[in-house]
Amino acid sequence: MAAVTLLSTENLSKQFGGLTAVDGVSFTFLEGEIRALIGPNGAGKTTFVNLLSGRIPPTTGRVVFAGEDVTRLPAHTRVNRGIAYTFQITSTFAGMSALENVKLSAQRRLSTGFFGPNPDLLERVALSALDRVGLADRQDEIAGNLSYGHQRLLEVAMGLGLDPKLLILDEPTQGLSDEEIAVFVKLVREIARNASVLLIEHNMDVVMGLADTITVLDRGRILAEGTPEEIRRNDAVRRAYLGN
Amino acid sequence: MRSRWVNKATALHLGVIAVLFALQFVLPDYHHVNLARVMVLASFAMGYNIAFGYTGLLSLGHAMFFAAGLYAAGLMALFAGVGAGGGLLLGVIAGLVVAAAVGCLALRTTGVSFMIVTLMFAQAAFLATFYFGEYTRGDEGFVIPSNLRSLFGLSLVEPTTRYFVALTLFSLCMAVSFAIARSSMGRVLAAIRENEERTRMLGYNVFLYKLVALVISGAISGAVGAAYGMLFGYVGATFASIQYSILPLLWVLMGGAATVLGPFVGTLLMFYLVDISSGFTSANMLIVGLALIGLILFFPKGILGTLRERAAPWLP
Ligand SMILES: Nc1ncnc2c1ncn2[C@@H]1O[C@H](COP(=O)(O)OP(=O)(O)OP(=O)(O)O)[C@@H](O)[C@H]1O
Ligand SMILES: [Mg+2]
Repeated sequence: MAAVTLLSTENLSKQFGGLTAVDGVSFTFLEGEIRALIGPNGAGKTTFVNLLSGRIPPTTGRVVFAGEDVTRLPAHTRVNRGIAYTFQITSTFAGMSALENVKLSAQRRLSTGFFGPNPDLLERVALSALDRVGLADRQDEIAGNLSYGHQRLLEVAMGLGLDPKLLILDEPTQGLSDEEIAVFVKLVREIARNASVLLIEHNMDVVMGLADTITVLDRGRILAEGTPEEIRRNDAVRRAYLGN
Repeated sequence: MRSRWVNKATALHLGVIAVLFALQFVLPDYHHVNLARVMVLASFAMGYNIAFGYTGLLSLGHAMFFAAGLYAAGLMALFAGVGAGGGLLLGVIAGLVVAAAVGCLALRTTGVSFMIVTLMFAQAAFLATFYFGEYTRGDEGFVIPSNLRSLFGLSLVEPTTRYFVALTLFSLCMAVSFAIARSSMGRVLAAIRENEERTRMLGYNVFLYKLVALVISGAISGAVGAAYGMLFGYVGATFASIQYSILPLLWVLMGGAATVLGPFVGTLLMFYLVDISSGFTSANMLIVGLALIGLILFFPKGILGTLRERAAPWLP
């Protein structure tokens, strides 16, 4: 399979006042890969993916997605082009049912005219997304009443409802139990058959088990990039991040 | 299951219209006039509910949209001899245009800033009715010549016609609210109300959705303003004052925000609370205030909002 670039950044930076959270990052992401983005707390990982998804504008630099410069496109347009972001801090529609949450994510894509999508089709698509994350039997539960782990899964189902080309997961396993993490790892592998995945993750077992390539961010810059094996052996990474 | 709920809800709302239709034959004159007025004001509240209830836009400027319609119809009647039909159309257009213009600016803000910006615009509009006092006669206002107050050859001075026009307006506004509540757009508006940033990150142009909601809300308010002028014959600056921005908010809160019938229930209740209490005490606002406090204690989401939460989840 020829490697096609799905997303790249050129010299991307973000400054918050005097603080440079992302510092001249040039990054290339291939179609179909699972990429892990790791780095110590405050390294700028969330800020970096916010620049990719358009939640915040960059100070300098460019973002190119699927061959087009999207740097100036608003976030909602980028989502429609295929960049989906799941929040680091769980963010669902707490007062609505799980099914409604996923319907909202699929509805825009399935709408043909003014009157929105066919309700049966929408329901089917939303249910299948819930089913993929294992929440089909909780479709009528109010999102805010779901357990934390289930809310994280609901977030992923909402990402799936968007049918993205690139799914960005920001620390999806944070706060999950070991069993939940195992389920999650399987889920990401399954998702990666149809979409590319950019995963911010602190759990090294998850990272080593899932990622094709790892990018290490430190103080806003790329410190290292390579296969899990290469990263494991990289001295600079050990010093900055893995400790000893 | 869902379609049965839809049918139940449709039946309820059609039933309310049928009851209101039948009531005109049994009500004594005094309440007959009152109910016509309540239906018109409730239509205003339903318009307000689309912005505030369904979308979560807490506007303090809806008097401006109401007054835009009222003055558009009133001034054009007074100076150009435009009748009720043309006046209503002008009212819709005036409300729509003003809401679009104000929305483009005010919707750049959210929360408290949005309240303040809409309030400022509305105050400017209120002052404008005095600035152009030569035409509007400010506070004193003016009366729309009764020969112009007729629709399809029927005089709106006539109580039966008036009641019927009020009911038609009310039914239309209810149909619009019902359709929005049940539509996919309604689902997006509710999402914006709950979590704007998440909605944006699901690919929705949040600004555009809010603008459309505000414009629909403004157009309804403008239509109701025009209808109010044509039905009751008087145009004055009070209708542009802050009071008429606060009132729809209270009615909606009382009846239940984001419910189709809540605005009507709230308007009816408040109207008769004021009416009855002022019959035996001059401190009637105290009674209204106490009633409001009681409501908030026992019906924190308004009457129908709380009912929906506890007993009738199918209420739109
Ligand atoms: N909106 C903001 N305003 C000011 N500073 C910010 C803002 N967002 C992030 N920062 C700062 O930028 C730096 C990078 O933050 P970021 O959240 O991107 O780190 P992270 O790598 O995601 O960390 P974590 O692993 O804790 O999630 C931090 O020092 C943070 O305090
Ligand atoms: Mg982060």
